Amino acid sequence: MTVQASSVSPRGLSRRTLLLTGAAAGGGLLLGFHVPQARAAVSNTANGPQADAGPFAPNAFIRIDRESRITLIIPQVEMGQGVYTALSMILAEELDAAFDRVAVEAAPPSDALYANPIFGIQVTGNSNSVRAFWTRLRQAGAGARAMLVQAAAAEWKVDPASCGAEASVVIHPPTGRKLAYGALADAAAKLTAPANPSLKQPKDFKLIGKPFKRLDTPEKVNGKALYGIDMLPPGVTFATIAASPVFGGKVAHVDDAAAKAVAGVRQIVVLDDFVAVVGDHMWAAKQGLDALAITWNDGPNAHVDSAQIWNDIRAASEHEGVVAKVAGDAKKALADGGAIEAHYELPFLAHAPMEPINCTVHVRPDACEVWVGTQVNSRAQAIAAKLTGLPLDKVIVHNQLIGGGFGRRLEVDGIEKAVRVAQKVDGPVKVVWTREEDIRHDIYRPVYYDRITATLKDGRIDGWKHRITGSAVIARWLPPAFQKGIDIDAVDSAIDIPYDIPHLRVEYVRHEPPAVPTGFWRGVGPNNNVFAIESFIDELAQKAGKDPVAFRRAMLARKMPRLDAALELAARKAGWGKALPPRTGRGVAVQVSFGSFIATVAEVEVDTDGEVHVRRITSAVDTGIAVNPDTVIAQLQGGLIFGLTAALYGEITIARGRVQQGNFNDYRMLRIDQAPAIEVHLIKSGEAPGGIGETGTTAAAPAVRNAILAATGIALRRLPFDREVLAGRKKA
Amino acid sequence: MAKLNINGQHRDVDVSDDTPLLWVLRDVLGLTGTKFGCGIAQCGACTVHVDGKAVRSCLLPVGAIDNRAVTTIEAVGATPAGARVQKAWLDLEVVQCGYCQSGQIMSASALLAMTPHPDDSDIDAAMAGNICRCGTYVRIRAAIKKAAGAQSA
Amino acid sequence: MSRLSRLGAATRYTIIGFGAVAGVLLVVFLWVVLGPGPTDFAGGERVALSAYHGADPTGVPPELARASLVRRGEYLARAADCQACHTAKGGVPYAGGLAFVLPFGTLYSVNITPDKDTGIGSFSDAAFLNALHKGVDDKGVPLYPAMPYASYTGMTDADALAIKAYLFSLKPVHAEVPDNTLFFPFNQRWLMSVWSFLFNPDRRFEPNTQRSAQWNRGAYLAEAMAHCGECHTPRNLAFALDNRSKFSGAVQTGWRAYNITSDRDSGVGAWRDGELAQYLASGHAEGRGTAAGPMGEAVAASFRYLTQGDIAAMVAYLRTVPAVASSDLPAPKVSPAPASHRQGVAAGYDAQGKAIFAGACASCHDWTGVSALSRFATLTGARAVNDPTATNVAQIVISGEVRGTPHGKVFMPSFGHAFSDTEVAAVANYVTARFGARASSITAREVSTLRQAE
Repeated sequence: MTVQASSVSPRGLSRRTLLLTGAAAGGGLLLGFHVPQARAAVSNTANGPQADAGPFAPNAFIRIDRESRITLIIPQVEMGQGVYTALSMILAEELDAAFDRVAVEAAPPSDALYANPIFGIQVTGNSNSVRAFWTRLRQAGAGARAMLVQAAAAEWKVDPASCGAEASVVIHPPTGRKLAYGALADAAAKLTAPANPSLKQPKDFKLIGKPFKRLDTPEKVNGKALYGIDMLPPGVTFATIAASPVFGGKVAHVDDAAAKAVAGVRQIVVLDDFVAVVGDHMWAAKQGLDALAITWNDGPNAHVDSAQIWNDIRAASEHEGVVAKVAGDAKKALADGGAIEAHYELPFLAHAPMEPINCTVHVRPDACEVWVGTQVNSRAQAIAAKLTGLPLDKVIVHNQLIGGGFGRRLEVDGIEKAVRVAQKVDGPVKVVWTREEDIRHDIYRPVYYDRITATLKDGRIDGWKHRITGSAVIARWLPPAFQKGIDIDAVDSAIDIPYDIPHLRVEYVRHEPPAVPTGFWRGVGPNNNVFAIESFIDELAQKAGKDPVAFRRAMLARKMPRLDAALELAARKAGWGKALPPRTGRGVAVQVSFGSFIATVAEVEVDTDGEVHVRRITSAVDTGIAVNPDTVIAQLQGGLIFGLTAALYGEITIARGRVQQGNFNDYRMLRIDQAPAIEVHLIKSGEAPGGIGETGTTAAAPAVRNAILAATGIALRRLPFDREVLAGRKKA
Repeated sequence: MAKLNINGQHRDVDVSDDTPLLWVLRDVLGLTGTKFGCGIAQCGACTVHVDGKAVRSCLLPVGAIDNRAVTTIEAVGATPAGARVQKAWLDLEVVQCGYCQSGQIMSASALLAMTPHPDDSDIDAAMAGNICRCGTYVRIRAAIKKAAGAQSA
Repeated sequence: MSRLSRLGAATRYTIIGFGAVAGVLLVVFLWVVLGPGPTDFAGGERVALSAYHGADPTGVPPELARASLVRRGEYLARAADCQACHTAKGGVPYAGGLAFVLPFGTLYSVNITPDKDTGIGSFSDAAFLNALHKGVDDKGVPLYPAMPYASYTGMTDADALAIKAYLFSLKPVHAEVPDNTLFFPFNQRWLMSVWSFLFNPDRRFEPNTQRSAQWNRGAYLAEAMAHCGECHTPRNLAFALDNRSKFSGAVQTGWRAYNITSDRDSGVGAWRDGELAQYLASGHAEGRGTAAGPMGEAVAASFRYLTQGDIAAMVAYLRTVPAVASSDLPAPKVSPAPASHRQGVAAGYDAQGKAIFAGACASCHDWTGVSALSRFATLTGARAVNDPTATNVAQIVISGEVRGTPHGKVFMPSFGHAFSDTEVAAVANYVTARFGARASSITAREVSTLRQAE
């Protein structure tokens, strides 16, 4: 198998497309970026040098040449979640393609061809690549297969229904005749694609549900895989930037005398809101930047700090919000007395993907080329077009592998800044942010404040009111989806709380923190809501004198059998109820998020200094059909670690309008010695696939928090976990 | 001008002596497999071998290398430990985004070359300096043990 | 029968007791006040500069003899390291505002740029000399001895005025400095006059006729300019330097200024001249570690600008300071730790400290303590890791270090934000156990105190 990524070579070699050669087979060499030849929508948005697409291109996702070489165009970007492989499997399944010989290619920017059906634009996010494209890609594969079968049947003058297909060959079992897809490509290209091709029954799947090796990994273990940061178009120079340390500040004055004297510094680009130094290599640029004396005009935000932000959001949460969900009569149920209330707080978080923000741009009078790893391909193209004034088809975006997205690459601020630098530079320039710039100028996971009130009746929850206060990221990022004052992401997993609760009310208070830009962060809205809800459920179980698992199951069994089954399995596998040593406890959290049903049990020890040692995590997941089961397990394992890092350490704080953290010394990451043993149990299901990439992250904090409660009796209500509180040196 | 021995090849590079090896590899020589993650030796993405020992190239001035042999991810597969590690990484499907994995593999192969049968404490000591944001730690540990097992077999 | 015997026994004892206490206090007072001067240890005869016939130990070195007044003043201002104290963290050099957190409140250094409103722009020469020599400002208000005028008092008028000329050549910076927050009685400035009367000799440097010209130059630089003793000499009850144990080490702003006497084990007696010179000039000497904290600042802002001759003179002078042993400081361990994490520290010794070291420290400092990345990061032989209080190890873990050197910028990241007090203590104890001669046992509580001193 091969994976092709549009790319450029190291300096000195001619520009070419590098092939990412899979373990199973080598591949050919393609020039430039392939443009899918869509019959339905001949694109004026696709761009890049036209190449031999092969005679048969039945839709935007599949091309087959006369040698039976099959190229699958993957609309979603690969950032570690295994989407190149999973989506290829879906296409190849219905196409009956020989999977070990397909090539995979990243789609170019085009909302018309490659929009994510859930968002309506070209987006990789919200753990929905498989969910969103499940039907569309199956239809694309099945449609192409039907055309190939039809072409063969016509050739053989037999009924298409009597033909079959296997490993890129159409076969006619009654006569034993066979024709390779390549041989049928020209004939098939003359046919009309069927409107509603029939899809396989899940029991007939040959690829889907089998653990396949990922297509993108072989070149990631030998240094050949190319990420955005690895782009080296001929003549490229290297730049790094400094934006105002205070949010919204502007450049007042720059003294560049010392910077100009640094060996290898070529150019200093001073813009309204940031400064870039361009050099022969990153070191020269960085030394040059360090040598600049920049005076900033701090602007209006120089007084903003975390304490004020928390005071403001707490105050905002006092007001009634927009009602996002109501069932029964929660107000009455809660007025009956005995209501229990708790507040939960989640901090700002930086994404800190291992690949810092970077973007390579070449602006010419008549065209602009952009090399970048982005989760929003068409927006990347649009911002470059807007800044350069060029039409969209003159902006070529070469999307690359992403070294960790986590939501950060849903934003185009890094691309915008790089284009603005490139407009001042002759030839291509690669703008790489230092880690400090990356962390101090992120678009942060917002602070959230949750108030939940509930009443119990007969050992179950009777009334429930949940008020969520926080940024409306959707309002900025996808305005049409922001309806009636409700951020659908901020209330996700809260309005659809899995428990059977007779009287329910969920409110949303939009509250934007001053100065700090906020955006999506792996786990998005459910991170907040699952943490608050599942933490509170344990407190309610305590009040009701019930075991946390039994308390939950009683309210799940009827309403959410899939989640109940996951909880039963996770609890059993984790040894729920078995005795544990002192200061050690198990905690559970359940969630229906991103279309998956997941129960997680964490086992932790809290030492007398308040250090939390997470020993073991057991998850059971029903994600419907798991296209590539091993990837599902890997995503949960990784997601849990990502969530643990945030729960134990993650917090961005603001002082004097500035982010106080800057690198891994003060924005701490979980390391290998702290990683718990993780078991993931997949539940077999024939349901449509759910999302998985963010679910582990959402599960980690509440499960560990509840385990801490079990181990110490301390009910933490704030992330990250405060070790001073757990050591008994500070009040919760 | 620094004279370097990289992956068995002599390379003359026209940079000041204080330039970290990382940027010479990536920006001057086009060996982009070695990654930039933090620039302060806190993440390990930039790990290379200098005379077989895992070293963070982001803070290693080229002037301090002399004629010691530098091996990068592009060539570590030619070493027995490196080849075993790469294979175990694929066999157990360790990799997610892959960005940190060059450094992880360099640290792991240096560990195995020195300590053919590492236990958990050896793995912690050798690998704790390598951050993986995707959280592949569980599989990294398993893959190192598998690679070590492959050696004894 | 004496009058005393006629009083009641209780009263009699009270008077005797009172007298005894008064007597003891007097002795203590005299002991404190009549302590030796900074160069008294050298014996011999001291004469006024005007009566001295050797080479002039004051002024700039021969290399700068023909330089302009401002340039000479710059050299001397650096030698006196005015900048270290008169610059706030991240602030404009010489614009003041650095906080001195003392047990009795917080002092802020003043703005010494020539701004007329907030700096020293309106100071006459006489006022400037009064500040340096007598410890009073231009309005005659006594200064707190955080300003080391008891040392600067040795500076010649010519050198002091050269410094003034340099400071007046700087761009005036309008920068108000926060008010001091000392509490009673320390907020009573007049008390400083008493202190000054007792402890400031108000005398210019007097060369020692029995010592070499180099020694005298070194003495002038170390005492009147670099004011080494202000950090390295312990203080008595009245907060004055106790030169009976001159240069034997003290704690300053939460950092330990180590013993720099000639004691072999706990001082610098075992250091070669070249090592001392290299340490002062670059902040690092092979096998002796790297200057950090306030000493790192002194190297960065002062010593690295001094000529080789001046450094050598200071070394020559330092060599003659009598050895005083610091009983808690062992001779530093000179051999690197083993390359394997398994060896060097007993298994199971502070697993938390080891885990932190593996993740955050070993990449740069190596398990051996000999850094593969920068000699400035080599721990072997460093005093800080051979200090069983682990004060400076904990400090640098908390606050890190960023410093210009002749070899470019060197730095250590700060971990104080990410690590708890417990974790800082754990890693500091692991580091001293692994790389030092004697393991420390600093506690989380002590780390917490250090954070506040910073």
